[in-house]
Amino acid sequence: MDIEQWFYSLPLRLRSFFQPDQVDQEIKEELREHLDQQIKENIESGMSPEEARYAAVRTLGGLTQIEQQCRDVRGGNMIEDFAHDLRYGFRQLWRSPGFSALVIFCLTLGIGANAAVFSWLEGILFRPYSAVAHQERLMALAGTARGETGATALSWPDFLDLRRSCTSCEDSFVSKITGSTLSIGERAEIARGSIVSANYFDAIGVHPVLGRGFEPGEDAGSDSHPVVVISYQLWHDRFKGDPEIIGEMQRFNNVPHTIIGVAPAGFYGTFVGWAMQFWVPASMEETFESGGYKLEDRGARWIEAYVRLKPGISRAQAQQEMSAIASRLETNYPATNRGRGVGLWPLWQTPFNNAGTLLPTLEVMVAVVAFVLLIACANVGNLLLVRSFARRHQMSIRLAIGASRVRLLKQLLTEGLILAAFGTAGGLLAAYWCRHALVLLLPARSGVAMYLPGEIDGRVMLWSAGVCLIVTLIVGLIPALQTRNLDIAGALKAESSGVVGARGKAWLRSGLVVFQVCLSFVLLVGAALLLKSLEKIRTTNPGFSTTSVVTTGVPLVAAGYDVARAKIFQDALIDRVSALPGVQSVAFARVTPLGYGTYSSTPIAVDGYQAPLEERPAIEYNQVSPGYFATLGIPLLAGLDFAHTDDENAPLVAIVNRTMMTLYWGGHDPIGRRLQVNGRWVRVVGVTADSKYESMREAPRPFFYVPLRQDFVRAPALYIRTNQPLPSMLASLVREVHALDANLALYEMITLQEQVNRATSPQLVAVSLVSILGGLALLLAGVGLYGVMSYAVAQSRRELALRMALGADATSLLRLVMSRGLRLTTGGVLLGAAAALALTRLLGKLLYNVSPHDPWIFGSALTVMTITAIAACLLPAWRAARTDPARILRD
Amino acid sequence: MSKPSDLVQGTLDMLILKILALEPLNGWAISQRLKQISSDVLGVSDGSLYPALHKLERSGWIRGGWKLSENSRRAKFYSLTRLGRQQLEKETANWNRVSAAISGIVRLKVKFKEA
Repeated sequence: MDIEQWFYSLPLRLRSFFQPDQVDQEIKEELREHLDQQIKENIESGMSPEEARYAAVRTLGGLTQIEQQCRDVRGGNMIEDFAHDLRYGFRQLWRSPGFSALVIFCLTLGIGANAAVFSWLEGILFRPYSAVAHQERLMALAGTARGETGATALSWPDFLDLRRSCTSCEDSFVSKITGSTLSIGERAEIARGSIVSANYFDAIGVHPVLGRGFEPGEDAGSDSHPVVVISYQLWHDRFKGDPEIIGEMQRFNNVPHTIIGVAPAGFYGTFVGWAMQFWVPASMEETFESGGYKLEDRGARWIEAYVRLKPGISRAQAQQEMSAIASRLETNYPATNRGRGVGLWPLWQTPFNNAGTLLPTLEVMVAVVAFVLLIACANVGNLLLVRSFARRHQMSIRLAIGASRVRLLKQLLTEGLILAAFGTAGGLLAAYWCRHALVLLLPARSGVAMYLPGEIDGRVMLWSAGVCLIVTLIVGLIPALQTRNLDIAGALKAESSGVVGARGKAWLRSGLVVFQVCLSFVLLVGAALLLKSLEKIRTTNPGFSTTSVVTTGVPLVAAGYDVARAKIFQDALIDRVSALPGVQSVAFARVTPLGYGTYSSTPIAVDGYQAPLEERPAIEYNQVSPGYFATLGIPLLAGLDFAHTDDENAPLVAIVNRTMMTLYWGGHDPIGRRLQVNGRWVRVVGVTADSKYESMREAPRPFFYVPLRQDFVRAPALYIRTNQPLPSMLASLVREVHALDANLALYEMITLQEQVNRATSPQLVAVSLVSILGGLALLLAGVGLYGVMSYAVAQSRRELALRMALGADATSLLRLVMSRGLRLTTGGVLLGAAAALALTRLLGKLLYNVSPHDPWIFGSALTVMTITAIAACLLPAWRAARTDPARILRD
Repeated sequence: MSKPSDLVQGTLDMLILKILALEPLNGWAISQRLKQISSDVLGVSDGSLYPALHKLERSGWIRGGWKLSENSRRAKFYSLTRLGRQQLEKETANWNRVSAAISGIVRLKVKFKEA
């Protein structure tokens, strides 16, 4: 329509909208004028006034219809009709509040589940770092090792080289999670922080609200710049928002740091899973990391980094450049970099934080909530069908007096929109309440709580609006299917009795129930598979005992112990704890298996072993004290455990695991052979069984141990094998530690089983979410089945009464209804089983040692579904069996 | 339902525009004029006239205004707008082209037997 046309039509449209009555009046008047003229002409041609009037009306056709057509044609009407439909729709909802509440509740569940998952996707995967600029161009940067999937850490010199040479990156920065004890006043607690490069705050575009960020050069040198930026939360909670905080000293890990800045509110750092409370420059790494000064050690891989690509550069382009730089480094520094590469990951696949661990779960959740939404829609569709049957009469009348079918369709869609809009509003509200719910599904731990926020932003709103639209269409069109072949004459003939009439339309309702059962069955199978996987993972033998071993740590570095004092303290503590009643053995080790800490790794060489060129020569190892294997219950297959005499003055020794023996010594006894570790030769004194080191799902891999005294760290983890319950063990340990140094606190004490549980918590999250939603789906499907059966029974009361009058007994009627319900269920289960066979493969990474087609799982899902179906049909069947033929047939 | 059964909707529009191009008229007069000029061949029912008028008005081709008719009763008179005149010219040209083409086809002598 061009402008000139609008010039004419807009006033008309506006008038139709704002003065509909007057426009109506004019249309009526115009038609009456015509009618009057026609009557006059008819009379002139000799008819009686009565005849003349009748003939005139006949030539014109249905007055009301013409009026309506004129109104429709005048436009503006669209808005008016919509407003009218809205009013009408609201009245309808208001008239049956119970029905409306049920429908809106179903939709709220379906849409809310979707909105919650979208908000998690947004807040955890796509826009995880609130307040950080241009997250769409941010990529995670980490190392790769040839022949291995997944990521490794980077070394600081490698990072500097990458940053210098990369032309496709706007900026790159380091952000490595760390922790510290933080004592302010009387209260001491654990705080989470990041070790960052000096450009951190500039690179992410976050500016401290007080003070400054880091200056160039503050990330160089050994413990040379004890400065810290604290989070707004920490400043507010622990320093009472002191405006004079800048320049104050605060001890982190017992090293005084100058507070130079306060980060803005709403900035939680750059690590998915935890809200950061402080940031220190990389130069302070020795204070927070074990392993000494690493800023000039290319072999020490400990950092995690991010890059922001220049606009218009794709990840593939940047990756290509990074790989080129990495292979240059490989050539220049073969001793440390052979077989090492560099990888870029989009934020949602970040390999070194909880984005990576939650990704498979959240991916599956997208499909699961889509299922729940469809089930909810099918349920609502069914409810609306029942009502549309009751409204057939009203619809027929509207058709008969001239409403077009399009008009009726619009009306149904408007009602659908009202319901969907309420459901969406409720769903968003539910999602808002649930935005921090993911953390609740993770095992509770003392200290700092995990932080996994859902984010309800414009994009989530838009998504939900899209879902709302789809729901509107489904919910509006399902009852429309039934008005499509509405037989006006038939429907107008009194109330139809609905004896057999109900049967004709039953296919749609039955189809919806079959659909619901089918989808619920798929979810049930999925939930059962995940549950079985979790059980398998948790019961997989990690290679060490999980029961009767507890672990904790004494923060000696934080307490300011130097190496000499730490050695004395460790020896004294071992002696004291071994003497405690109920303690079988006790040991130290640098890294806890399955924990977050990273193992040391070293290039190795073995006498008589020529490494293939493509093999990564570095192997990870742990520093352990004598008694470690006995304490953790890792069997020694050959040779001896480390002895107390294997200290810094003795010849270097190592114990290798079985896989390492097989790989490097061809399975022959390696005891007494030489192994080069960090450039020094050590003698192999023992062989242990394989165990799990980083993840319960990892394959056996080469690994070795060196004595703690020969590669000393001041704050290793402590392990105690005991038959004492944890609280009393903790109490006696605290007593012993305080006897040595009254100022020392302990880290959280947990059993190794708890350690396993924490390491497998992503699986737990998946199981919990899918089980909750699967349960919900089952409930909805049960309600749907119940609804259809009750309705069928209510509709065919006369038929049932007749059967009974003709000699059927109550049992046979019960059987009749039950068998119909179970037939629907069987249909749904068969379809669902077929769908599940095809779909469960999508669970892929979440499954562990379980076939996605496990017949037992399908069997148990079938059992649950059948029980639900029987429960849902029982009440309607019982009602059918209690039919009183005399009363019903008389009515 | 009174629909212009054997009359294409666009043709009715063109006829109305043509009639109003001569002088502004009210609905009744237009219906009489339609019957006269088409000698009832086209069989336009009065029922379909009014929706057509309202559609043309909304399209901005004609304009309705309330005036007193000859028997001094209030009636809605329609007149052609500038846009309507353009539209009429366009449709007339179009019609002439199409009808020439069609009559050409109708006059063709096809001899099937020779095929």
